[in-house]
Amino acid sequence: MALMIGVPREIASGEKRVATVPDVVEKLIKLGFSVAVESGAGDAANFSDDTYRAAGATIIEGAAQLWATSDIVFKVCVPTTEEVGLLREGGNLIGFIWPSQNPELMQQLAAKKATVLAIDCLPRMLSRAQKMDALTSQAGVAGYRAVIEAANAFGRFFNGQITAAGKVPPAKVFIAGAGVAGLAAIGTAAGLGAIVRANDTRAEVADQVKSLGGEFVKVEYEEEGGGGGGYAKVMSEGFQQAQREMYAKQAKEVDIIITTALIPGKPAPKLITAEMVKSMKPGSVIIDMAAERGGNCELTEPGQAVVKHGVTIVGYTDLNSRLAKQSSTLYGTNLFRLAEELCKTKDGIINVNMEDEAIRGLTVVKDGVVTWPAPAPKQPAAPAKSAAAKAAPAPAHGHGGGGAPASAGKTAAIFGIAALLFLLIGAYAPAAFLGHFTVFVLACFIGYMVVWNVTPALHTPLMSVTNAISSIIAIGALVQIAPPLLGGGERADDWIRWLAVAGIALTTVNMFGGFAVTQRMLAMFRK
Amino acid sequence: MSASLATVSYIGATILFILSLGGLSHPETSRRGNLYGMIGMTIAVLATIFGPRVTIAGLPWIIGAMAVGGSVGIYAARKVKMTEMPELVALMHSLVGLAAALVGYANYIDPAAALGLSSAEKAIHESEIYIGILIGAITFSGSIIAFGKLSGKIGGKPLLLPARHWMNLIGLVVVVIFGWQFLHSESIGAGMIALTVMTVIALLFGIHMVMAIGGADMPVVVSMLNSYSGWAAAATGFMLNNDLLIVTGALVGSSGAILSYIMCRAMNRHFISVIAGGFGTAGGTVVVASGDAQPVGEVVAISAVETAELLREARSVIIVPGYGMAVAQAQHTVYEITQLLREKGINVRFGIHPVAGRMPGHMNVLLAEAKVPYDIVLEMDELNADFPDTDVAMVIGANDIVNPGAQDDPNSPIAGMPVLEVWKAKTSIVMKRSMASGYAGVDNPLFYKENNRMLFGDAKKMLEEVFVALKS
Repeated sequence: MALMIGVPREIASGEKRVATVPDVVEKLIKLGFSVAVESGAGDAANFSDDTYRAAGATIIEGAAQLWATSDIVFKVCVPTTEEVGLLREGGNLIGFIWPSQNPELMQQLAAKKATVLAIDCLPRMLSRAQKMDALTSQAGVAGYRAVIEAANAFGRFFNGQITAAGKVPPAKVFIAGAGVAGLAAIGTAAGLGAIVRANDTRAEVADQVKSLGGEFVKVEYEEEGGGGGGYAKVMSEGFQQAQREMYAKQAKEVDIIITTALIPGKPAPKLITAEMVKSMKPGSVIIDMAAERGGNCELTEPGQAVVKHGVTIVGYTDLNSRLAKQSSTLYGTNLFRLAEELCKTKDGIINVNMEDEAIRGLTVVKDGVVTWPAPAPKQPAAPAKSAAAKAAPAPAHGHGGGGAPASAGKTAAIFGIAALLFLLIGAYAPAAFLGHFTVFVLACFIGYMVVWNVTPALHTPLMSVTNAISSIIAIGALVQIAPPLLGGGERADDWIRWLAVAGIALTTVNMFGGFAVTQRMLAMFRK
Repeated sequence: MSASLATVSYIGATILFILSLGGLSHPETSRRGNLYGMIGMTIAVLATIFGPRVTIAGLPWIIGAMAVGGSVGIYAARKVKMTEMPELVALMHSLVGLAAALVGYANYIDPAAALGLSSAEKAIHESEIYIGILIGAITFSGSIIAFGKLSGKIGGKPLLLPARHWMNLIGLVVVVIFGWQFLHSESIGAGMIALTVMTVIALLFGIHMVMAIGGADMPVVVSMLNSYSGWAAAATGFMLNNDLLIVTGALVGSSGAILSYIMCRAMNRHFISVIAGGFGTAGGTVVVASGDAQPVGEVVAISAVETAELLREARSVIIVPGYGMAVAQAQHTVYEITQLLREKGINVRFGIHPVAGRMPGHMNVLLAEAKVPYDIVLEMDELNADFPDTDVAMVIGANDIVNPGAQDDPNSPIAGMPVLEVWKAKTSIVMKRSMASGYAGVDNPLFYKENNRMLFGDAKKMLEEVFVALKS
């Protein structure tokens, strides 16, 4: 029997998102599920009950009723104790859980014999999992909204303009942390015309920053900050010192700072000190996207926008709810992709396949047994692979060599065989042959050296010109056609002549054709 | 002209040939290189004709033969379409092979050639003839089959006869036995029989060898036959005691060998396994075995108008052409789109895989024909690192060379083959006629990636629609 997916109204204060949207409801129904939505669930995100109904969902009054009828509950926020109480015995729940921070919740869920998939526990390094990555989709929305909040609090244009009323300098925006939210903020701010600078402890994101139109500001200190799983790690004291100096310098220069720095399982690093805030120009804005975890700025008040030392410090923790429609749409799509993975048979029955690496990571409670944390996924293969990929083509492009140098044993074997061959030839071949043989071997080497220098773009002309040159066989035919008579024996003149004439005709096709076609091709290569 | 003067001329020609190949190191110098080649050839031919080994009586014959051959050659060079270059090259290889065999025969029945040789020298001379004809005949028949396959007159599927390796081995043994007989034959007539038998076997061997090779391996075959034609010339040189032929043959032979090596490496295949037969033998079973690792996800189609939109909004575009572009003759439309995008300030570049197309460098020639400037046409190694910064990677009629399975899936038949990493671009668009797999018969996980879009249809027609949409 097809399962019923239930979407309750989010009850957390200030939460405006909803776990599914009408467009996604249609797709879920196509997967074979039936969908029930609590009346008013989408109101805050501008999705009315009617639109859900039109998409094929059943509207149910009251949370208790909805939780009771649903086989699978889609949620956004971490469920409260009351909500867990409503969950059916042996039911399924999908949403944000944050198991490391909510051990009691985990026990309650286990007691309910539930199966719980925590969307925050997705193994993010699996490329297959990206379509389900709600952290990424929500962070992207938040990054966008952060810039909009900054623009709202900032008293000037973002883009530089020269107007009849005078020149307006462009706003300078500094973004600390180039994760998903940071990158979204870079793109948005650059799109508005601001000068955008960004920093991250992970040096490899510099290119991404540039690609979005930002400028990457380096900390003048050598240390690599990738901590696995796409997060940063805590850096050494020396690095932090250098980093503080860089932030202090930026604080004096820029108009807007957006901070996004988070380290998993730790309070947010304090990047912006009170001193730095004081040094900023009056009217500047700080958007602290890490406010929920204590904030990157010492003066942040989570959930509030405050003005201190003439600087507006925005510590909103509900950036996603401030763009509820977009956040909900993306989140709903993430959950739909997860539903697809769970229901590959498209018959509305889910299969929590613990062999599947992505699903194994997501599942934090399975039939009342706590399965969190999942065994560490295979280490992100990406860095190693890119290193290998970089190493591989390097020798491939060498001149005069090609390929990695052969092993010593192999080289010795080749030399041994060559020596034996030369010995045999030297022992038996007559002197005249050896002269030609010398020429032959040396010519092979010249050919080897010359041809490795040919640019791959000209490989086709190379083939046609070598074709033309190999028509030098014509000489073989030419000397046979009418050699001076040296006497001695009768000569099958006619036979030889016709063979030679045919040979000449064939080779001249190559001779003229080869050079002509090469000329034609080379004439096309132009800058 | 004295013998010494002829020899000096030959040395000059040799140097010019080397310079000719050296000139190809850069497009700027390549035209001069070709000129050197022509001058070298002219000098060599004239020095021979007016040298001591040709009498005036032969001149009419020579002029007649050269006029016929030359006009055929120039006509072919003028008329050939750039997409048909591999066919022309294969055909020309066959001519060299045939000529080498004919010269070998003529030399054998000419008693003057072996005049005054000691018995050891005679044995060497005759084995040179034997080997020269052998290589020539293999090159000839192999090239003819390669031409047939390239032009579609013969199917591209590898023809795998049962016990084919044994057949080849038996052929080799027979060739060796008759070679021994040939060296010990009393008269020219007796030797002729051995020679004829060997030639027939060599012809069959050439046919069999190329028939067993799959379509995707054609670049290797074409360059290998290029190499053979060189060795045939070198063997002829030994036979005639002519150093010019030896040097030239060695140059061409090693050039072809290096090209074969580059092509093999670009497919991560061993030369031996390419020669031993195409995909479909080992590949077939492996594909079945890894069947449960089928790519998951859905294929997202896109329209020409949406493609144009993506291109218009991109800052950086990389186009990856494949054989499909050549088949559809779409290179000119590609260039028109490129021009339009470049005018808009979009950075457009081309990424060429070494084995894209049916012969080494095939794509470069096609793009050059369409007037794409060569400095935006880059090699795989130069470009692969840039894909993460690329907004749109457009794949036109290519499949295996952009297959991420080569890197991710150790069970893939093409595992380890270097590929263009188009999936790292923000969006990749694959233009294809259908979901059919490439020559390697391998499913392509790229099509199922989330940032990939498929533009189904004939490449030329679709590109024209994209172009129209871009202009409007």
